[in-house]
Amino acid sequence: MMKKLVSLLLLAALLCTVLVLPVSADEADGGWDFSEEYPDAEPTGVTINVYNWGEYISNGTEGSLDVNAEFTRRTGIGVNYTTFDTNESLYSKLAGGGADYDVIFPSDYMISKMIAENMLEELDFSNIPNFEYIDEQFRDPDYDAGSAHSVPYTWGTVGLFYNVDYVTEPVTSWSILWDEQYKDKILMFDNPRDAFAIAQMRLGFSLNTTNSGEWEEAAMLLKEQKPLVQAYVMDQIFDKMESGEAWLAPYYSGDAGVLVEENDSIEFIIPEEGTNFFVDAMCIPAGSAHKAEAEAYINFMCDPEIAGANMDYVGYATPETAAKEYLEPETVENPIFYPDEETLRNTEVFVNLPAETSALIDTLWAEVKMGGPGDAAVLIAIIVVFLGIYVAIIIWKKRKHKREMM
Amino acid sequence: MKILSKIYTALIFIFLYAPIFVLIIFSFNDTDTSSRTQFSGFTLRWYERLFQDRYILEALLNTLIIAVVAAIASTILGTLAAVGINRMKRLPKKIMMNITNFPMVNPEIVTGVSMMLLFVAAVSLFGGRSLGMASLIIAHITFCLPYVILSVLPKLRQMNPNLFEAAQDLGCPPVRAFFKVVLPEIMPGIVTGMIMAFTLSIDDFVISYFTSGTTQTLPIYIYSMTRKRISPEINALSTVLFVCIMVLLIIINVRQARDERRAKKAEKERVV
Repeated sequence: MMKKLVSLLLLAALLCTVLVLPVSADEADGGWDFSEEYPDAEPTGVTINVYNWGEYISNGTEGSLDVNAEFTRRTGIGVNYTTFDTNESLYSKLAGGGADYDVIFPSDYMISKMIAENMLEELDFSNIPNFEYIDEQFRDPDYDAGSAHSVPYTWGTVGLFYNVDYVTEPVTSWSILWDEQYKDKILMFDNPRDAFAIAQMRLGFSLNTTNSGEWEEAAMLLKEQKPLVQAYVMDQIFDKMESGEAWLAPYYSGDAGVLVEENDSIEFIIPEEGTNFFVDAMCIPAGSAHKAEAEAYINFMCDPEIAGANMDYVGYATPETAAKEYLEPETVENPIFYPDEETLRNTEVFVNLPAETSALIDTLWAEVKMGGPGDAAVLIAIIVVFLGIYVAIIIWKKRKHKREMM
Repeated sequence: MKILSKIYTALIFIFLYAPIFVLIIFSFNDTDTSSRTQFSGFTLRWYERLFQDRYILEALLNTLIIAVVAAIASTILGTLAAVGINRMKRLPKKIMMNITNFPMVNPEIVTGVSMMLLFVAAVSLFGGRSLGMASLIIAHITFCLPYVILSVLPKLRQMNPNLFEAAQDLGCPPVRAFFKVVLPEIMPGIVTGMIMAFTLSIDDFVISYFTSGTTQTLPIYIYSMTRKRISPEINALSTVLFVCIMVLLIIINVRQARDERRAKKAEKERVV
C-alpha cells in the first residue's frame, strides 16, 4: 500500500513535469522572433528576482511574446518571476525581510511611501538609456520627484462603467452613483483609497488631502451611498456588469477595454469632476544584489518594441509614444486607454499620506463598511445568546447527572 | 422515509460536487472577458493556454515538489515520533501530545508569521539572502507532522503489544521485528497520515504566503490574479487535477477489488 502510494505521488509529479517540458520547447512560436536582430547571449549565471502584479506581463500564450524568456535569451540573465496581488502585500513582503527582490512594480503612492522609508535604490540612468522613450508627462511625477527611483511601466485612469440598456440618461458625473433610482444596481470599489477618491472628487477635494475634516465629509457621503450599493467588489465587477446584475460600476480603464468591446450595452466614461490617474512603475529595492542586471531588465522593458508587444497583451496603456506603433491602431485611438489631454489635465495621482491620515482612513473605511457602532450591539447580542445556550447546556447536564446518581 | 433519506443523500452530494461541476463547465467557456457567470460557447483554448503558460506550470511544479517532499518527510518523522510517544509513561505522554497538538489549534496566520520571523533570523544569521524552497519545505513538514502523529498513534494503541515481544522471543532482532511486525500493523494509519499531509501541503496558502520568499506556489499565484481576473486557465488546471485524482482513485479501487477476488479464489482452492 505504502509503495503504491509513493509511486502514485511520484507518478503525479512526473506527469506534471512532462507537461512543463514541451512548453519550453515551443516558446519561440508566434510572431515575435528577434533571433536575427539579437543573437543569443551566453548565460551569465545570474538570476534576478522580479516581483510584479498577477497577469501583468506578456507570457507567451496564444502567440504573444514571452517577455522574460526573450530577456534571458538576449542578455543571458535568468529571471525568477513571481507575482503579488496588492501594493500592501508587496510592501509587507519587502518590509518583513527574507525576500530578495531585484525588480518590483509598485504603484504611485506606494513608491512615495517606499522612498520615504529608504526602501528603494536610486537608479543609474546610464544603464537605462531607453528612459529617453518615456513621454515627458510621465517624468518627474508627484510621487517620485525627479524620477530618481522609478521608471513608469503602465498607467491608467479610473472611470465609470454603465449599462446603456438600463441607464438611459446621459452619464456625465460621479453623482449618478448616489441616484436613488439605481438602488442595488451600483457597485463600489472594495479598497479605501479608490472608494474615498470618488467621494472626494464629487466634493471637489484633493485626493491627497491631509485635512481630517475633508476625509470625514467624504466618509459621510459614502455612508449615505451605502444603502444604494449592491456590493463592494474588485474583480467581480466584470461578471456582474456583463450579466446585467449591476448597471453602474467604477473601475480601472486598463481592464475596461475588453468589457466594452465584448458587450455592446456597456459604455465607459470619465466623469467631468475629474478622476484618479495611476501609474505602476519599475523600481529596485534597497540592497538588491544584482542592481546592474536589474537595470538591464528595466531598460529592456522600456525598449519600445518590447513595451509595445507587452502592452498588446496586458491591455493597459504604455507611457511611451514610440511603443504605440507596435499596438493596434484602434487601441491607440481608443479614449478609454488613451484619454485626450483635456481629460488628463483634470486628474490627480495618489501620493503617500502621513501615518495619522492613513490611520484615519482605515477607521473611516471600517465605519463605512460596517455601518458604525450599531453593529457592535448585534455582535454583543449574538455572544450573549451563545453564552446563554452554553450555560443552559451545562446546567441541564449537571441536573441529569444528579438525577442519574440518585 | 426511504425516499427522504435518498433526497437527503442527493442533496449532500449536490452541495459537495456542484461547485466542482460548475468549475469544470466554465473551463470550457468561450469568453474574452473571463466571465464566470455567462456561458458563451464551447472551447478548448483555456487548456491550450494552460499548457503554454509557464508561470502556472512552474507554480504547479513547485507546489508538487513541496507536497511530495513534505509528505514523505513528515510521514517518516511522524511515525517515529508516534512510536516513541506510545512507549512513554502517562504524564510525559500527555505533555508530549499537548505540545504536538498545539500547532493544530494555533491559528495558521500566527504559525505563518512566527515561522517567517524565525526563518528570516536564521537566514540572516547564516548569511543567506532569501527564503525560498527550503524554508517552504521545512514549514510544510512542521504543520503536517501533528496530523501524521495523530493518525498513527491510534493504530499503535490498537496493536497487541505482545506481538512485538513474541517476534523477539522467536529470535527476531528488534529493528527487524519493527519492520516485520509493527510496521505492517500500523500501515493503514501511516498511509492516511501521508495522504493528509500531502493534501494539506497542496492546499496551504497562509503559511506558504509568509515563508515563500522568492518562490511561488500555485495557491499564491492564483491569489495574485485577483487584481485583474482569475483566468479560466485556473478552471482548466483544476479540471485536469480533478480528473487525474479521479483516475488514480479508480485505478486503486479496481486493483484492490481484483486483489481481494484473487485472495478469495486462492482460499477457496485451498479449501477444496
